[in-house]
Amino acid sequence: MKELLLIVVPFVGAALAAAWPNQRSRPWLLPIVGLVHAVLSLWLLLAPPPVKPGAWLAFDPLARAVLPAVSLLFLTCAIYAVSYLQLRTERPNRVFVALMLMVLGLLSAGHQARHLGLLWITTEAVTLAAVPLLHFNGTPRAFEATWKYLLVGGTGVALSLFGSFCLGYASLHGGGNGDLTFTTLTSQGAGLSRPWVLSAWVMILVGYGTKMGLAPVHTWKPDAYGEAPAIVGAILAGGVTTVAFTAILRVRAVVHAAGSGAIADRTLIVIGLFSMIVAALFLLGTRDFKRMLAYSSVEHMGILVIGAGFGGAGIWASLFHVWSNSLTKGALFLSAGNIRRAAGARTMDEVGGMSALTPISAGIFVAGLFAVTACPPFGPFFSELSLVRSGIASDHPWAVGVFLACLLFAFFGLTRLVFAIVDGRPRTASRTTGKRFPETFGVIAPALILMALSVWVGIGTPAVLRDAWSAAVVQLTPTP
Amino acid sequence: MNVILETVLRLAGWLLIAPLLPGIINKVKAWVAGRRGPPVLQLYYDLARLWRKGVVLSTLASPGFIAGPAIAWVAVLCAAQLLPLGPAGAALSFRGDVLLLIYLLATARFCTAWAALETGSAFEGMGTAREVSYAVLAEAAMITAVLSLSVHTGSVTLVTMLAPAAGAGAVLLGAGLFVVLLAENCRVPFDDPNTHLELTMIHEVMVLDHSGPPFAAILHGASMKLLLFALLLTEAVLPVGELSPVAAAGALAGGVLAVTVGVGLVESLLARFAFRRVPLLLTMAFLLCLFALLVAWKGGEA
Amino acid sequence: MNNTLNLLIGLAMGLNLMALGSGRLPSVIRTVAIQGMVLGVMPLLIEEHIQWLALAIAVGTVAVKGFVIPQLLQRAMRAANIDREIEPFIGFIPSLLLGAGGTIGAVAVARVLPLLPEHAGSLLVPGALASVLTGFVMLIGRTKAISQVCGYLILENGIYLFGLLLLKATPLLVDAGILLDLTVGVFVIGIIVDRIQRAFDSLDTRKLTILRE
Repeated sequence: MKELLLIVVPFVGAALAAAWPNQRSRPWLLPIVGLVHAVLSLWLLLAPPPVKPGAWLAFDPLARAVLPAVSLLFLTCAIYAVSYLQLRTERPNRVFVALMLMVLGLLSAGHQARHLGLLWITTEAVTLAAVPLLHFNGTPRAFEATWKYLLVGGTGVALSLFGSFCLGYASLHGGGNGDLTFTTLTSQGAGLSRPWVLSAWVMILVGYGTKMGLAPVHTWKPDAYGEAPAIVGAILAGGVTTVAFTAILRVRAVVHAAGSGAIADRTLIVIGLFSMIVAALFLLGTRDFKRMLAYSSVEHMGILVIGAGFGGAGIWASLFHVWSNSLTKGALFLSAGNIRRAAGARTMDEVGGMSALTPISAGIFVAGLFAVTACPPFGPFFSELSLVRSGIASDHPWAVGVFLACLLFAFFGLTRLVFAIVDGRPRTASRTTGKRFPETFGVIAPALILMALSVWVGIGTPAVLRDAWSAAVVQLTPTP
Repeated sequence: MNVILETVLRLAGWLLIAPLLPGIINKVKAWVAGRRGPPVLQLYYDLARLWRKGVVLSTLASPGFIAGPAIAWVAVLCAAQLLPLGPAGAALSFRGDVLLLIYLLATARFCTAWAALETGSAFEGMGTAREVSYAVLAEAAMITAVLSLSVHTGSVTLVTMLAPAAGAGAVLLGAGLFVVLLAENCRVPFDDPNTHLELTMIHEVMVLDHSGPPFAAILHGASMKLLLFALLLTEAVLPVGELSPVAAAGALAGGVLAVTVGVGLVESLLARFAFRRVPLLLTMAFLLCLFALLVAWKGGEA
Repeated sequence: MNNTLNLLIGLAMGLNLMALGSGRLPSVIRTVAIQGMVLGVMPLLIEEHIQWLALAIAVGTVAVKGFVIPQLLQRAMRAANIDREIEPFIGFIPSLLLGAGGTIGAVAVARVLPLLPEHAGSLLVPGALASVLTGFVMLIGRTKAISQVCGYLILENGIYLFGLLLLKATPLLVDAGILLDLTVGVFVIGIIVDRIQRAFDSLDTRKLTILRE
């Protein structure tokens, strides 16, 4: 029952927001719903409900391992949103608030979807619901970014539908009765028609890979993250991409059960490494710090699928990385948003000396830089460490070597840009905008909380989380 | 004796019936436009008039200027003898005669182009360039159409190739061949036979400097080519070779009439295309024939 | 039954090439609309007994793909008052040849994939693959936002064709959800097209080049 509430509560909140008459008080719906959602999901994390095998929607181990992270990220972003929307009173926020809540509800549904078709519907719906959020700023650049997001994302989503149909046909061909829940598909195992499973895998990987932002289908990401408000970027990077990743994980389990797991794992590692290489190269070149976050996100999506490709302990490390990456990326996005507003610009040519104008945000930004490049004691260090260990244990020394090299180059690229923005003397243009957008408690605290959570998940990983990840690995490793 | 009589009859038939077709087309166009139009036999009168006239020769022209139209006319007439007429068969038939047909048509075009270049005028050179560049594309479609027929029947002899219906791909093949017919015979939307604007002419430019009997040969050759294509199209689509003689004769006459009226309607309803759009239409014709080929292939396997 | 279906699929494949070859926006939109209607009729041919489910899908598809979406696109086109000639990145002849090559390739690939006995001899798979490829060519090869949307619709039509293989097995809920999502998707695209028009005073996506490295 509680697992359904995770979906229903945000939808009710969205309807309420759409009907709410007052522009000033409407944003408060965001943290209220976010809080209820977080409490529910943490409760479910501690006391997981039983899963009916044939259910289309269930809080299964995989949802349990991932959804609370999204919930926590949303809650902090929602707190930030209240202060943010007070700064942006000139834009009507009815659509924004309602759709944010709807995205939360759809994300909960997507994480819990155990049916191929349902999973696709939620992913498509999230894609569409995010569109008005992306062009909240209403500038021509925002529309350009939205158009690219729609075109690339829409094509990707269409391909994943095609892939889902292929998988469905594989099941029909193998004598299935058209039941497209993942449990049934997995239990059909080697009965699935092999050519169809492989076609399905390619298309689903490209399709959901587009939503995740894996290279070479990541092209929408820099534009969308660069133009969207910081909270939208954080939710996209930490929530929407996670749904796509769980989709890939679920389908990977089916492909494994069908006996083509080795091919699937190899493609995952190759596409993951390619994403990391592309991201590292672009990180060395970009001069815009919001686009930098997008490329960093591409890099971390690459890390996630590499972990999935390692299998077993690698999946465990990937789920760990989902948590550490979501929380850290959230902190980075929120502090970057503060810096962007205060500076009034986004490239290192126009922005400098932000440690003088927005000292706390700049501090969080630098800390986030070290966190995201996997320096101890932050979460990503520990998750990437366990990923490297699983890679060596599963005998992928080359992949691990390339992985570490990409991390190094990404580190160069990120530090180059971040310190160019933080250090030096503030530009004259930024001095006036800096006064207009001072650092208030409301925009600082959420980023700080996320940073703290990132450290906590790394150093003091609670046993319940470790158990949840292990349970998810068991769920995703079909017994032959 | 019979053989000689039959050949003479065939030649006479081709020579006498061919000029009727442009007359029908013009009548259809006039009828659609609500005019009375020239008489159906107008081309016969024109040919007779041209035959009586003298020839004006350019001082630059070599004997090729006269030889070109003559050779072209003979080539088309020979090609016509290869084409079977329903159950009556062809005057001449052997394995691979379809290749000879294509080559004879190409020879005819080459000779017309050659004669046009003999005048030494840049204007006619331009017309030749246009004509030949369209021909390249039209020929690709034509060859694909022939290939699809040959795959469908497993034969390279025109008599057996054209006897049965074209099967599942008949519609595709018919449409493709019709476009080829329009292009090969310089009809709208590729070329406008009535135009006298310098920049839009293609075929008419080439023959602008011809006069008298050579020009009559060109005009008559063109009408025979039109009849040849109309017959080819009819026989490719309808199972003419499998009908009784009377029915086959009716089907042939009806088919040719339908194609002719179709050409007339196209000319009344469509405007000539801009030059840059023409290759697109010919590519479409090529693709239509290509898909007919595919259908013939797949259908043969299933 | 199968022959009629194959004829319709062949028609849809021909419409793919027409869409690739036509140089004017209204005729592309019309082609896509006709293709949508052709596709909409197909569920009726697949089911032996005409059930309300198949009927509902057919009516819904014909209405949405044949009328609603083309109307939207035509309105967007009129509102934007754009030049109706299409200027392609990839010329008409190359894109036609690409489309034809894709169609032939689709037929070749489809032979490799195993089919259930009741689908043997059907053109559904090659038709689906060919439409998806055509959609890609149009998405990549056209500059106007509306012709890109048409490419997207053809791609979707291809997926719909493939979905017909699963028609008997999947419950209505999924189909309905998919159709709904598509409709909303095109609505959203329509709105964005409108906004792009207002922001850039043009629907030429070549002008969307501020964001780049």
